[in-house]
Amino acid sequence: MQNAHDLKEYRGELSGALHNDFLREALDRFAVAYRTSRSNAFSGMDVDGLIKEIADGKDAAMARLDELLAEFTRKAEAAGAVVHVARDAEEANAIIADIAQKAGVKRVIKSKSMTAEEIHLNPYLEARGLEVTETDLGEWIIQLRHEGPTHMVMPAIHLSRYQVADLFTDVTGAKQEVDIEKLVKVARRELRRKFAEADMGISGGNFAVAETGSIVVCTNEGNARLVTTLPRVHVALVGLDKLTATVRDALTVLRALPKNATGQAITSYVSWITGATECQTAPGGKKEMHVVFLDNGRRKLAKDPLFSQVLRCIRCGACANVCPVYRLVGGHQLGHIYIGAIGLILTYFYHGKDKAKNLVQNCINCGACKAVCAGGIDLPRLIKEIHARIQDEEGHPLQSALLGRVLKSRKLFHTLLRTAKSVQKPITGGTPFLRHLPMIFAKGQEFRALPAIAETPFRDRFASIKPKVANPRLRVALFSGCVQDFVYPEQAEAAVKLLGKHDIDVTFPMEQSCCGLPVQMMGEREASRSVAAQNVNAFAPDSCDYILTLCASCASHLKHGYPEILADDPVMAARARTFAEKIIDFSSFAHDVLKVAPGEFTADGKRTTYHAPCHLCRGLGVTKAPRELISTCGLDYVPCEEEDVCCGFGGTYSMKFPELSAELLKKKLANVEKTGAELLLTDCPGCIMQLRGGFEAKGGRGVRVIHVAEALAERLK
Amino acid sequence: MSDRNRLVELFTEKAQLTSAIVARVKTLDEALAYTVDVCEKKEACQILMSGCESELSDKAGELCDGKPGKVIVAPALPKADFARLRDMCQAHGIHCLSGGMRKHLGGVDVGFTIAQGGFVETGSLVLDSDSEELRLATMLCEVHVCMLPVSTLREKSYDVAEQTSALASDGPSYVAYVTGASRTADIERVLAIGVHGPLEMHILLLED
Repeated sequence: MQNAHDLKEYRGELSGALHNDFLREALDRFAVAYRTSRSNAFSGMDVDGLIKEIADGKDAAMARLDELLAEFTRKAEAAGAVVHVARDAEEANAIIADIAQKAGVKRVIKSKSMTAEEIHLNPYLEARGLEVTETDLGEWIIQLRHEGPTHMVMPAIHLSRYQVADLFTDVTGAKQEVDIEKLVKVARRELRRKFAEADMGISGGNFAVAETGSIVVCTNEGNARLVTTLPRVHVALVGLDKLTATVRDALTVLRALPKNATGQAITSYVSWITGATECQTAPGGKKEMHVVFLDNGRRKLAKDPLFSQVLRCIRCGACANVCPVYRLVGGHQLGHIYIGAIGLILTYFYHGKDKAKNLVQNCINCGACKAVCAGGIDLPRLIKEIHARIQDEEGHPLQSALLGRVLKSRKLFHTLLRTAKSVQKPITGGTPFLRHLPMIFAKGQEFRALPAIAETPFRDRFASIKPKVANPRLRVALFSGCVQDFVYPEQAEAAVKLLGKHDIDVTFPMEQSCCGLPVQMMGEREASRSVAAQNVNAFAPDSCDYILTLCASCASHLKHGYPEILADDPVMAARARTFAEKIIDFSSFAHDVLKVAPGEFTADGKRTTYHAPCHLCRGLGVTKAPRELISTCGLDYVPCEEEDVCCGFGGTYSMKFPELSAELLKKKLANVEKTGAELLLTDCPGCIMQLRGGFEAKGGRGVRVIHVAEALAERLK
Repeated sequence: MSDRNRLVELFTEKAQLTSAIVARVKTLDEALAYTVDVCEKKEACQILMSGCESELSDKAGELCDGKPGKVIVAPALPKADFARLRDMCQAHGIHCLSGGMRKHLGGVDVGFTIAQGGFVETGSLVLDSDSEELRLATMLCEVHVCMLPVSTLREKSYDVAEQTSALASDGPSYVAYVTGASRTADIERVLAIGVHGPLEMHILLLED
C-alpha cells in the first residue's frame, strides 16, 4: 500500500523494509529457488515462442474486446448466468452489494481475486453489514491481519510461521504450535465452517472464455471449487482484460501461468464454470450466477497504442519474483495493490498518480522483469514513460530539470565536466577517487567511492592514438558515452589499441554527447529526445560499418531506445533506425566480428570472474561473447553466483535510492569475493564505477575491476 | 514401445511428481476393491489428519463431531456398480454413500470418481463436475480415488481443448482439471498438502 506523501517519506518506508530481516531472508530464498524451479518447469519448451503466442493472442483479444464481451454474454446468459459490466470500482462494488442484498445474503466467502483487491471490495461489503471471509490461506492470513498482499500469487510471503501461529492462536482462542503442517490443518477446519455457513461465494477469474461463456479459475488449494459450489449465489469478478476468445487460447496462457508464477507445471485445480450450475440449496436447484466485468480504465487502455500491452498481463507475479528491488523491500513497498513491475504501471492506471508517483521512480531499469514476462510486456519502458507523464503533469523536480537542460547542450555539459576536473584536486587528494565530497553530494553515498574526472578526456586524446591503417578491413565509429569520455578514457583507448591491430579504421565524431539514458531515467522526455537526435546527427551512419560502444547501457539505449524515442519524428525516425542497426557492443564486436584468437594474447591464467551488465545480457541478449573472450585472452574464468543480477548502479537510481543501491552492491561484491578471483571483468563503465567504488570503499583490497577491453589490450602480444 | 504404453508411463511419471499415487487396474471391480482397501488401511495407519485433532474454535470443532465412522462416497456411479461397491463396503463395516454431501461437510474418508479424460504433460485428470455431489465429494474426502480409462489419455493440454469445449457448452456446466492433491505453500513457501480438499490423490489407470 502506498501512503507516503513524498519521495522522502517513501524512502523512509523503504528503509524500514530493508531492516526487516525475516522479509529479506524469505525473499532472498525465494528469488534463488524461483530461478531454478522456473527453468525446470519450462525445460524443453520453446519459451520465447510461447510468450509470443500469448502476447499475440492477448493483443488480438483486446483489439476486439467488445465483440468478445458480446459473445461471452450471449453464451453465459444462455446458460443461466447474469452478466454485468462495471465502469469503475465504485460501480462494481455497488453491483455486487446489490446482488447480495437482493438475495438476502449475510455471509460471503471468497477465493483469491486481485480484481477484488483492486476495487477494495471487502471493506465495501463489510460496511454494508456482510461478513466476508477469504478462503485462500494466504489471503485469509492477511485479511485477519488487516493487510494487503505482498505478492500476487503468494500474498503472505512476508510473514513467518511464528506470526501465523500467533494469529491463529487469537482466532481460535486456543494456543497453536509453530508447525506449518498443523497450522494449515487449523485453517482447513476453521474455514470449513465458514464454507458451510456462507450464502454467497465470490471468485475471481483467470479467463472469461467467449467461446463457451465459461469463467476459469486456477487454484492449488481447491478453495475456489468450494467457493463456487457450496453457497447458493456465485459472483465472479473479472477484469475485461481476462476475456479470451477460445478454450485453446486459455490453454496457451495456462501453459505459462503456473510455471512462470512459482515454477509449478499446473495448478492442482483448473475449474471451467459455465452458467447456473447445479446447487441443491438454491431455489429450483440452480445456482444464482453473476459475472461482473470490471472496466476501471481497461477499455481506454486497450485503445492506447503504447500501453495496451499492459492488458497482456496474466497476473503470474514473475516480474516481482526476479526484481532485485522487490527482493530487498517486498510488495508493500514495491506496489500499491498490484505488485512488482506491472504493479508500478497498474497503480498509475487503476489507483491514480498520487499512489504511483513515488513508486515509478523505484525501478532500477535492469530489465529482469521484461526478460521473464509471460506476455512480453516492455515493463521498464512503460514505467519510465509513466514517470515522465507524471512529471509532465505535476512539474519537474529541480534536479532533473537542470540535468535535462545541461544535457541538451553538449558544449555546456562538457564545459561543466572540464571545469569540475580543474577544481576537483582538493576533493580527490591526488587519487582517482573523490575523497572528500561536500555533504550535499555525499549524503548516503558512503558505500562506494566515486571516481574523479580524468586528467584528459578521451576526445582530447583521440587524435594522437587514432590507428593509422592503410587498407582498413572495416570502418568503425566509436561512441564513447560520457563515462568513458571523461572518467575512464583508458577503457576506450584499450579498445582502439585492439582495433588498430586488426586493421580497423576508427573515427570519433566530436559532436557526440551523453546517450541520454540518465534523463530518460529521470523522466525528462524532451531532453532525452533532443540528445538522441544530436547523437544520431553526429554520426554519418553511411560512412561506417559499425558504431561501437563499450558501454552496455549506452549500447542498449542507442539500439532499442532511440528508434522508440524518435519514432514520431518524421525526419529522424528513419535515420535513428539506420543508426541503431549499426550499434554493436565491444564484446560482440571482438568475439563475433574480429574473431580474436588465443594466439594474439599472452596468457597469464589469472583467476577471473565476470559481472554481466543488465543492459548487455538482457538489453542486448549478449551472454556468450564476453565469457569466451575471458578464456581466449588467457585468463581463468570462474563463474560467479548471480552473475546476471544487477550491481545496483542503475545510473541516477543509485543517487536517488542510495540505500537500496548499497544493498545490491553488497550482495554483488560478496558473490564476487566468494569466487576467489583477483580480476573482475565487465562490459559497462557504469558497473565498473559501482563495483570499483564498492571495493575501494571497503578498503581497496582484493579484486581489480576492469573492462573486458582492458583485459584484452593488456594481454595483446 | 506402443504409443499407449508411452503415454501411460509418462502420465505415471508426471502424476507422481505431483505426489499422486498411480496404480493400474483391469476392471472397474478391481478399482472398487482398491478403493475399499484404501479406506480400510487408512484408519490402521492414521497417516492422514484433516485437522479435527487440532485445537479449534468451538464452532469449527462442531463440524468434526458428525462423522458416523468410516465413509466412502461414490457420487456418479451407475446404480448397479454402486450396489456392488456398497456390498463390498458393508463387508468391511464401511458406510457407502452416493450423495447427501451437504450433510457431511465435516468430511468423509474416501471419494471415488471416474475421469472423462487426462493429459500426460502435467499428469492431470479431466473431471466432468456438473454434479454438485461429485464436486463436494471430491473436495470433502480426505482421499480421492479416481479411475482414468487409458483410452481417454492424451498427450498435451491442447489435446483436450475440444473435449473441454464440448463439456463446457450447451447449458450450465462445471469441468475441472485436477492434478494431484489440494496443496498450499502460503506459509513460508513450505509445501503442505490438503489445505481444503483431499490429502491424497490415487489415480487408477483402467486398461480398457
